[in-house]
Amino acid sequence: MTSPFTPGIAAGRLPPEEIGRNFSDLHAPFDKHEAHVAADRCYFCHDAPCVTACPTSIDIPLFIRQIATGQPEAAGVTIFEQNIFGGMCARVCPTEELCEEVCVREVAEGKPVEIGRLQRYATDSVMTRQGHPFVRAADTGKRVAVVGAGPAGLACAHRLAMQGHKVDVYEMRDKPGGLNEYGIAAYKTVDEFAQAEVDWLLGVGGIEIHTGVTVNDSKLAELRASHDVVFLGIGLPGAFGLPELGDEGVTAAIDFIAALRQSDDLSALPVGRHVVVIGGGMTAIDAAVQAKALGADSATILYRRDRAAMPASDWEQDLAAARGVRIVYNAAPVKTHGKGAARELECERTVVEDGRLVALGDTFRIPADQVLLAIGQWLPSAPAEVALEGKVLGADDDTGRTSLAGVWAGGDCVAPGKNLTVWAVRQGRDAAEDIHAALAAPSVGG
Amino acid sequence: MADLTTDFVGIKSPNPFWLASAPPTDKEYNVRRAFEAGWGGVVWKTLGAEGPPVVNVNGPRYGAIYGADRRLLGLNNIELITDRPLEVNLEEMARVKADYPDRALIASIMVPCEEAAWKAILPRVAETGADGIELNFGCPHGMSERGMGSAVGQVPEYIEMVVRWCKQYYDRPVIVKLTPNITDIRKPATAAKNGGADAVSLINTINSITGVDLDNFAPMPTIDGKGSHGGYCGPAVKPIAMSMVSEIARNPETRGLPISGIGGITTWRDAAEFMALGCGNVQVCTAAMTYGFKIVEEMTRDLSAWMDEKGYRSTADFVGKAVPNVTDWQYLNLNYVTKARIDQDLCIKCGRCYAACEDTSHQAIAFNPGRTFEVIDEECVACNLCVDVCPVEDCITMVELDDGTVDPRTGKVVQKEYANWTTHPNNPMAKAAE
Repeated sequence: MTSPFTPGIAAGRLPPEEIGRNFSDLHAPFDKHEAHVAADRCYFCHDAPCVTACPTSIDIPLFIRQIATGQPEAAGVTIFEQNIFGGMCARVCPTEELCEEVCVREVAEGKPVEIGRLQRYATDSVMTRQGHPFVRAADTGKRVAVVGAGPAGLACAHRLAMQGHKVDVYEMRDKPGGLNEYGIAAYKTVDEFAQAEVDWLLGVGGIEIHTGVTVNDSKLAELRASHDVVFLGIGLPGAFGLPELGDEGVTAAIDFIAALRQSDDLSALPVGRHVVVIGGGMTAIDAAVQAKALGADSATILYRRDRAAMPASDWEQDLAAARGVRIVYNAAPVKTHGKGAARELECERTVVEDGRLVALGDTFRIPADQVLLAIGQWLPSAPAEVALEGKVLGADDDTGRTSLAGVWAGGDCVAPGKNLTVWAVRQGRDAAEDIHAALAAPSVGG
Repeated sequence: MADLTTDFVGIKSPNPFWLASAPPTDKEYNVRRAFEAGWGGVVWKTLGAEGPPVVNVNGPRYGAIYGADRRLLGLNNIELITDRPLEVNLEEMARVKADYPDRALIASIMVPCEEAAWKAILPRVAETGADGIELNFGCPHGMSERGMGSAVGQVPEYIEMVVRWCKQYYDRPVIVKLTPNITDIRKPATAAKNGGADAVSLINTINSITGVDLDNFAPMPTIDGKGSHGGYCGPAVKPIAMSMVSEIARNPETRGLPISGIGGITTWRDAAEFMALGCGNVQVCTAAMTYGFKIVEEMTRDLSAWMDEKGYRSTADFVGKAVPNVTDWQYLNLNYVTKARIDQDLCIKCGRCYAACEDTSHQAIAFNPGRTFEVIDEECVACNLCVDVCPVEDCITMVELDDGTVDPRTGKVVQKEYANWTTHPNNPMAKAAE
């Protein structure tokens, strides 16, 4: 019988019911009483810091007051007006680094108003009822092509559809949702929420999704000809690799997470006895915690800098630790040893000196049946005609306009370092507003 | 250790905390529990005349309003006087008094405004051994429609008349419970005194509707789609009650008349405040109905602790100490100048002081970079609104300007001399300063 101690990479290390518990909702939803108690803690601050900290500028004190006064659905609408992915953001936003970090009650008592969970309560109130809260404006006759059905693309599509434009969304994968569907820990978005959210979002009407369509340069030219405007929300589909580690048992963490998210039987999903995740972001945390939840005997995160420098928040790091993940700071991978079941990862101690990472030559080995790389993503096939900024698409910060006439862009493909769903939503939404304004002007289009 | 024993119009009790005449004191079972919990006295739920007792509604009889975290701030009720037979109540009172001789037991009474009715019930109450009676001239709902309760309390002549009967047919202390549903509380208090009352107790409950059910447009509490005004009590009424108490305490015609304070008393501090305004003891209801009888432990322990801290040996040492400081607006010192001060270390940067001042007051708080909030002395009229809305106690305080400094708002030098409106040049009725 398979167990956490079974050598190599194997499925069914834990009984299905235990795996089920391990993947249950990270933050159980508030019931009505809990929501009211939590809402009562909000001070309704003037020019509230939480709103400033929210990339989508949700009017947090207002929606919390609406919950407190018994109008959770109206509270939900207040959220969705700013962020149509308010439901997902309530689940996946690192609130401890955004709204809740600056909550004055965090300052005063070290315990912020639980904004994320209140947001979930409000958005769930709207989404569990039939129908969509927004009414589409009269058809404008304009057509917009959105490439990529992730948070940026769909936020853009929704806003444009609301304004009466007809939107075609092209997605290379089989399902819409982008990272919400493929790239986020399962325990943050249980019960197929990502797809349910997309279905709900499409309720506004005027949006058609075309899955399984890869948009290369010639397809982009075609879309520019057939539509008034194109929005690129193509994300960063490529994962950086470490060729020196070889490829036996070494995979991209995003592929591991995607497979997990698409699995309908987690006990059939293979996982290493000893899993090592290399990286320091949320993807690293999500991969390691889920590997442990699947039954890995050990899950280790290897990060080359210290705790303070780690992109994943302290809260995320503590979550990983609490779920049994070991985080090894100040260490980088060197190479793998052994074959098959008996693998080891050789690591080297590192320090930062004068801002530069220095390898100390001090090596050690840790068991590693499975190595998952979470060291960042990139854009393997940028459209040739769009000017790049570094290795991603160049786009105006406020409007999302690219160098190519009639082409806007937003989300991870333009914003390295801001790789959060909430930022993608903001960029998609703001691009839509700019596109809408442009479409109203006499001269626009490709 | 301070001595909490009180002697209120000759009625002794181990502490000044009595339970007011209300549902918590409706029967022997509850009252025994109250005494076991430590209450100093009980005013038994109001007795009616001999005969078939009143009946209560069979739907909700209470309604409430809440503060944050559903903290009960105000409660109203449409319950009537006791709906149990007079004989049963009297028997129980006698038993309880016999078992708890050190506790105060007062009979609350409400019978029609007829001498015969009072003459009939008073001897029977006396037989129970109760320490005194309280005349319920206060309940504003139900019984008032039948010419009793607040219907009596709103007519000073009736009060005086009934008190005279009581003093004639009853030889123990007579306390008159006053209704606040009246324009000038001094009038019924004076009538009670003129009738020979030993004390007044106040306030009874206030006419109120606690809410409207917006699905069927019925006032709450709702009985089959209809509602009737009920009597309001709890923390929300405390300021109204204290003002009325102070009016009686400082009124020349009623000064010295013993007062039993009632109205939203929830903590030792509330009690101490009422007593400082002249109450010889206090009566509690809503707090007990909200938290149970155990709250009296907090009240007794902490009142005692405060008295020790202040060096008061008995409650008499501080009863009435605030009365001389209650005055008319016209005598307030206009040369007393303060400014708001924000303690930046305590400030949590919520900005509510700014919003309140900027939108609804005098634009006297600056919203500086970094979310720091600072008082603009040139604009600050010292209204205290910022203090009142600040979530952090003592973060914003009012600091008095020193004698001789210039108030940047008025440009005038702060004078030490007391000066009030009666001599102010802007007052057309001003008397020349002598």
